[in-house]
Amino acid sequence: MKYLNADQVTKRMDGRIAKNNILKMLFLLATIFGLIVLAILIYRVVVDSIGWIDWNFLTGRQSTDAERAGIMGALLGTLWMMLVVAPVTLILGIGTAIYLELYAKKGRLQAIIQTNISNLAGVPSIVYGILGLTIFVRAMEMGNIILAGGLTLSLLILPIVIVAAQEAIRAVPGFLSEASYGMGATKWQTIKNVILPAALPGMLTGAILALSRAIGETAPLTVIGIPALIIPFPEGIFDKFTALPMQIYYWTIDSSLVAEYANLAAGTIIVLLVLLFVLNSAAIFIRNKFQQRF
Amino acid sequence: MSLLTVKENMVMVNNGNIDIASSIANNNVVFDTKELNLWYGETHALKDINLKIKENEVTAIIGPSGCGKSTYLKTLNRMVELVPTVRTTGEISYKGQSILDKSFKVENLRTRVGMVFQKPNPFPKSIYDNIAYGPRIHGIRNKKILDEIVEKSLRGAYIWDEVKDRLKENAYGLSGGQQQRLCIARTLAIEPDVILMDEPTSALDPKSTLKIEDLVQELKKDYSIIIVTHNMQQAARISDRTAFFLDGEVVEFDVTDTIFTKPNDSRTEDYISGRFG
Amino acid sequence: MAANENNKNTAIDVKGMIAKNKQGKSLSSITEKLIPVVLFLFAIITVFTTVGIVITLLTETIEFFKRVPIWDFFTGTVLKPMSQNPEFGVLPLLNGTIISSTIAMLVAGPIGLMAAIYLSEYASDRVRKVLKPMLEILAGIPTIVYGFFAFTFVTPLIRSIWPDVAATNILSPGIVMGIMIIPMIASLSEDAMSSVPNAMREGALGLGATKLETTFKVVIPAALSGIIASFVLGISRAIGETMIVTIASGSSKNFTFDITQSMQTMTAYIVEVSGGEAAAGTTIYYSLYAVAMTLFVFTLLMNLLARYVSRRFREEY
Repeated sequence: MKYLNADQVTKRMDGRIAKNNILKMLFLLATIFGLIVLAILIYRVVVDSIGWIDWNFLTGRQSTDAERAGIMGALLGTLWMMLVVAPVTLILGIGTAIYLELYAKKGRLQAIIQTNISNLAGVPSIVYGILGLTIFVRAMEMGNIILAGGLTLSLLILPIVIVAAQEAIRAVPGFLSEASYGMGATKWQTIKNVILPAALPGMLTGAILALSRAIGETAPLTVIGIPALIIPFPEGIFDKFTALPMQIYYWTIDSSLVAEYANLAAGTIIVLLVLLFVLNSAAIFIRNKFQQRF
Repeated sequence: MSLLTVKENMVMVNNGNIDIASSIANNNVVFDTKELNLWYGETHALKDINLKIKENEVTAIIGPSGCGKSTYLKTLNRMVELVPTVRTTGEISYKGQSILDKSFKVENLRTRVGMVFQKPNPFPKSIYDNIAYGPRIHGIRNKKILDEIVEKSLRGAYIWDEVKDRLKENAYGLSGGQQQRLCIARTLAIEPDVILMDEPTSALDPKSTLKIEDLVQELKKDYSIIIVTHNMQQAARISDRTAFFLDGEVVEFDVTDTIFTKPNDSRTEDYISGRFG
Repeated sequence: MAANENNKNTAIDVKGMIAKNKQGKSLSSITEKLIPVVLFLFAIITVFTTVGIVITLLTETIEFFKRVPIWDFFTGTVLKPMSQNPEFGVLPLLNGTIISSTIAMLVAGPIGLMAAIYLSEYASDRVRKVLKPMLEILAGIPTIVYGFFAFTFVTPLIRSIWPDVAATNILSPGIVMGIMIIPMIASLSEDAMSSVPNAMREGALGLGATKLETTFKVVIPAALSGIIASFVLGISRAIGETMIVTIASGSSKNFTFDITQSMQTMTAYIVEVSGGEAAAGTTIYYSLYAVAMTLFVFTLLMNLLARYVSRRFREEY
């Protein structure tokens, strides 16, 4: 005795297949939706900034007058801050990764550090801002200077740099270090001369991507307290400063008062996106050019 | 050279005679494959395959690894199309319908032609839901009918007694052999005409293998079975006809007894006597 | 012969050099012992960061609860930090956070999951290799840029269709946050679905199921833990997101469910208060920490939940 009626099954099949095809289109549309929004976003920003990005805008000082305002101060602030973030996260990130991967005994302490790192990666960036405000700005009495902002952002991206560096170390095949040990090299000699050089491209790629995350971060800086108007250019890491994302923030919220500020914000966004594009291209270049295949 | 070709031709003619003689009528052919060629990208995996597979028989396909036997089996329910670079020429007709036509709906084909895979692949669901999956997608919602189908299919695959008290348990709690019989039951539940089996016992122990072989013998009464195996004893034990594949070609296709006792082609003889493969 | 001689010479040289080196061994053995200690100190900084976050939040929050009863904070529907008789109910902020995150997930959940289905089940390798990195660009755009986009484009667009919507409202940043989270959900869910073995798909397709039926009745149930984890992480991301809501939703502290109106989230409150004139030692200043603590606990719980779900309910095939 048959339970399934073959004719009915065949009859229903056309509907089922049609449903599959319709939903397939819907799924494709959902995938493309994000890209459409991305295109609109970039189009809008470009249109808003046309005519506003000129020599004066790029090199000029900050000003409340939209026609005269420039972003050199913010650009320098961002670059100075990266001069803090880059060495701090590279040294701490790679050091921590080497410790966890090559020195730490697999045990409770190592597990605690590892779990802690993955938890830190999920802490909202604004909470790091509060930490920076409390520790660097207030307790250490640095004030809202570049160093304080840079250290805050360093703590924020440190987990990302560590995890990337750990992956890079894990990707170095064991026979390389075995060969080094086999010749009587010490552990540190092996790490310094064999493992680090092999893992460095991967570490740098991860670090640069993390750096580009830091460059766009705004929330921690708002908490630390960046003045809305700051005329002199920063000349070192102990100066007060503003940064590109902060400039975008202030100009955007004030655009309801002065409409042209929206154009300035758009122009600054272009500069920020170009900076990110350059950094990401550098990361991809390093990965493709120097990554060794074993 | 020419002598050999002549001999082969004679064999072909001879085979054709046997075919006609042994069949009651030509219309009990389920799969009629004509000049089938198949490529994976640049690799020519099946070459000029011509085969007539009969209803309510067990047809075994044997041959060394990489000879195209699994590929051929998967072409019969167009499962082979899951590989994106696949290309075919020629024709396969299933009960007179040309199945390689793009207009022929694979889903319809696969409800008529069920498949059991090399490694047991139950869904990560309960035993009951595994069996009910097929009937459900094909439109059966009635709980009572589903219950009956599940019982009938599990009985059909000789696993009912082992699982009847734990139908709600996850299928992955079963042993490998039980999982494979569950997969057979899952196929029976969609009431197909043909069951394709792709080395169904290669992942199983000898005891489970024997159970599956007995099951195949039983199933043959109601289904046409095509089984790929690299176990020649298995082919000899359970099949009515055997096709020997080598390098993407059918070297010989005949009644199983003939293949194993007096093969016409020396390559067949070499293979079954264990000289290669 | 000459070559042999040569070899012997170098051999002696190397030996000599090694011997010479061994004399400086004390220095190098100090390095060998010192390095792990230094590296350990580096590693422990991440632990100090967590401890630092918890201690700063905790001490200042306790200080806050000495001034404002904890019960009033968590049940108060009125938030008037600047008023003569300030009130510190956190519910308006929690409400704003939950509503904006809900809107974001209503956008990101379905669209992200559908994108994951397309990428994992339908797209050819070639198409996937093009689409996936493009989606990841979306995830790399700084949130401040999304904030600008929400404020200067999405809000005016919504207002042109639905004039009741205020210039600052929770709807627009909610939607934009959702768009921002799409790549995260798409990527994590796709990972979960791609790790379902092909044998499962073959089993379903072999029974005459369409791709759609295979996806919904076999692949998604098998990948469910990973998909749920991606949603939970998406929620956590939405709760912690700051700039989009700060810019586009304004700073109204009304306790309302009207999505056309301005609402403040926990994050936006932190920005407003810390960027303002709140001097250290005032109750407003301490409220910053109490709100941040609530935020921190919320996101931490979400992250732990995501990890628990993906571990606990991992399917075994």
